[in-house]
Amino acid sequence: MGDVLTFTDRGIYCPAGDFHIDPWRPVARALITHGHSDHARPGHGAYLATDAATPVIRHRLGEIAIDTIRFGETRRIGSATVSFHPAGHIPGSAQVRVEVGGEVWVVSGDYKLAPDGLCETFEPVRCHAFITECTFGLPVFKWRPQREVAADINRWWAANAAECRASILGAYSLGKAQRLLALLDPATGPILTHGAVENTNAVLRAQGYALPDTTHVTPELDLKAHPGAMVIAPPSALGSNWARRFGPARTAVASGWMRLRGVRRRRGADRGFVLSDHADWDELHTAIRETGAERIFATHGYTEIFARWLVTQGFDAQVVPTEFGTAEDDAEDAA
Amino acid sequence: MKAFAELFTAIDQSTKTTVKTAALAEYFRTAPEPDRLWTVALFSGRRPKRAVTTTQLREWAAERAGVPLWLLEECYPIVGDLAETIALLLPPPGRGRDRTLTAMLEALSDLPNRDLEARKAFILEAWDGLDETERFLFNKLITGGFRIGVSRKLMTRALAQATGQDEPAMALRLMGDWTPQGTTWDRLVAADTPEADDSRPYPFYLAYQIDAGPETLGAPRDWLAEWKWDGIRGQLILRGGSHHVWSRGEELMTDRFPELARALDFLPPGHVFDGELVTWDGTRPLPFNTLQQRIGRKTVPKKLLREAPVVMLAYDLLEADGLDIRDRPLSERRARLDALLEGLPADAPVLPSPRVAFDNWQALAETRATARERRAEGLMLKRLDAPYLAGRKKGDWWKWKLDPLSVDAVMIYAQQGHGRRANLFTDFTFAAWDGNELVPFTKAYSGLTDAEFNEITSWVRRNTLQRFGPVRQVRPELVFEIAFEGIQPSPRHKSGLALRFPRMARWRRDKPAQEANTLTDLRDLLAAWG
Repeated sequence: MGDVLTFTDRGIYCPAGDFHIDPWRPVARALITHGHSDHARPGHGAYLATDAATPVIRHRLGEIAIDTIRFGETRRIGSATVSFHPAGHIPGSAQVRVEVGGEVWVVSGDYKLAPDGLCETFEPVRCHAFITECTFGLPVFKWRPQREVAADINRWWAANAAECRASILGAYSLGKAQRLLALLDPATGPILTHGAVENTNAVLRAQGYALPDTTHVTPELDLKAHPGAMVIAPPSALGSNWARRFGPARTAVASGWMRLRGVRRRRGADRGFVLSDHADWDELHTAIRETGAERIFATHGYTEIFARWLVTQGFDAQVVPTEFGTAEDDAEDAA
Repeated sequence: MKAFAELFTAIDQSTKTTVKTAALAEYFRTAPEPDRLWTVALFSGRRPKRAVTTTQLREWAAERAGVPLWLLEECYPIVGDLAETIALLLPPPGRGRDRTLTAMLEALSDLPNRDLEARKAFILEAWDGLDETERFLFNKLITGGFRIGVSRKLMTRALAQATGQDEPAMALRLMGDWTPQGTTWDRLVAADTPEADDSRPYPFYLAYQIDAGPETLGAPRDWLAEWKWDGIRGQLILRGGSHHVWSRGEELMTDRFPELARALDFLPPGHVFDGELVTWDGTRPLPFNTLQQRIGRKTVPKKLLREAPVVMLAYDLLEADGLDIRDRPLSERRARLDALLEGLPADAPVLPSPRVAFDNWQALAETRATARERRAEGLMLKRLDAPYLAGRKKGDWWKWKLDPLSVDAVMIYAQQGHGRRANLFTDFTFAAWDGNELVPFTKAYSGLTDAEFNEITSWVRRNTLQRFGPVRQVRPELVFEIAFEGIQPSPRHKSGLALRFPRMARWRRDKPAQEANTLTDLRDLLAAWG
């Protein structure tokens, strides 16, 4: 019997069901783990994603033929049985379980284990082979508990607000931005949002995700009426003309990469809050252990180093050949 | 260490110089005096002698963190800083005692006297008692230079603020050959009259590169032109019966240039000269690589003294007859310098750097074009009525360098950068064609924008052919214009030559790799300018 999933120049492929998972080139049928641009790309013939992930994917990709599936629901595609399970990465994000003839493979997509209070919490899925991301697959990456980071962010905001300065916090517009919104203490002051963030907010609010009230920063908005505001914007907006409108503001970026001082300084922000939607070193190990899988495939990140380490730990581990570059770049924002 | 770590955190959490300066000034007002003194020492490049090698540190850290050494080595280029890599890898601290900065540095200073087991025990025990930020700083104290985002200039400004003195006076106090163990806070920064110190140099005045042509500077008669030599900037101090030679990096180089001792035979005490140290063939400087051989040696063999004798081409006089004359106009300082040096025998080790005469800027531009033939990098322009300032200041001194030489080269290896360039491919090796073979001839790290480095990083990841540890061999496709200031023969390199100050002038997206320059082109440049 052949492998349940294979790796092609278009991405992960299931011969038994004739479909791809998160492919990076156009294919006839694509199963999509979540809406980030390095996973949900345009141009596929048919899409399948969770009902929770679909509104954002539709919002980003426009008119596409997309079918939805509930978490835990099974579906037969060809001679494969597939189901989607929470990955805890962003709202609606999923791992994909594929079973063919009793052999189970799971594609993790992007994931984190610790509940973030907004998205569906990661669920371990038992399998024979686990294809895991390893964006932060190095032992230098270890996250502090979310409540501690949230307290740091709220303290920083309160201190800036006391000086009547705006706090501009750079965060990826899908996922990280909404997670932060849910962590903020709205009693500190008004919360303003960049258009890219607000558009995503609208999609997620319509789905029923609970987000605090936010005000979209439009050219007409009177900023003086919002002293000491928290401004959530994509990292690329920091240092732009758009950000200069807020006067002598303090700036920060929230990302797992902020764990590295060099990256933090390159971003040129005052503060870097270490807050990631990916698993850290310890979480990767927990996740792998809980799948019970013997075969591990590392993708997205420090794949070679991570796979080499797993081999020394007794796993049958190897690297998924990926189209490098774009995925990693996007990851630096989304992480 | 806690208070010092808090200071670091305050500095590190802002990109604004005013905020950093204020945090540092506050520390200088409130921290215990010995800690302040050590802080000044650290930020002016003085630190305890290294007691453990980085290899030992890596091994001990990997052992303590419970990871194999190879995994630590893989993390290092990605983090971009060894001190930080170790701090991030170590397990959470146990219960330790908080030492003051001074106690920590004194313990480190004592470490070279202890045996290896004791050193290791000390380091492990120290790590265990420190949190992540403190560990980072501690590791910084024992590895490499203590660079953590505070320049000497910023430190001097904060110190001036904290003590109510002006900045140039403070800069002068901090010059020279002091150590935290050998002085006190009061003597160094507070006492009314700074201690007399025969070896103390003055802060160097540094020039900016002129952006536009010199026409914007006004009337030629207000300006002095000199050759900009390609040597080592230095200060020669004659006081009492002794002499001292300082580099611009404030390194004492007296022993490396024994020729200058003879200056005492020709020149009176109480004088300080600013100039360029060059190797000299009797009429003009020798190529820079001859000086390079001298720099590396603390004691100089006779043969080298004969083949590559050093002189100072002096262009300024900072002290005359024991008086600081830096506030006098250049015209007066230069006249006194010329009077002192006039009529010295040709074998004197201090010579006046000649003035370059000119009536108009156009004529001067033509003279400048001949700089390479004189082994100069271009011209210096100095305002005749200007005082000698401290540090890099705009307005009175300008470098007017020749346009650099350049070649188009193919990138063949890429490596990730350090510090703020961690996790980004910024360090490249370039090659030129030798028939069908690409021969590496230089590395370059700078000259591109952040956006270009981002783009190249993503390209490198997709076009890696092979990995050698942190180095990636990439598809030989990208072409860059490499600018450089000089070219020298170098038997150590496969290409047989080495460049001075190579950098990427631009990314030649328009050029296919086949059209890059050849080794023959480089050899022609070497023949013309080497």
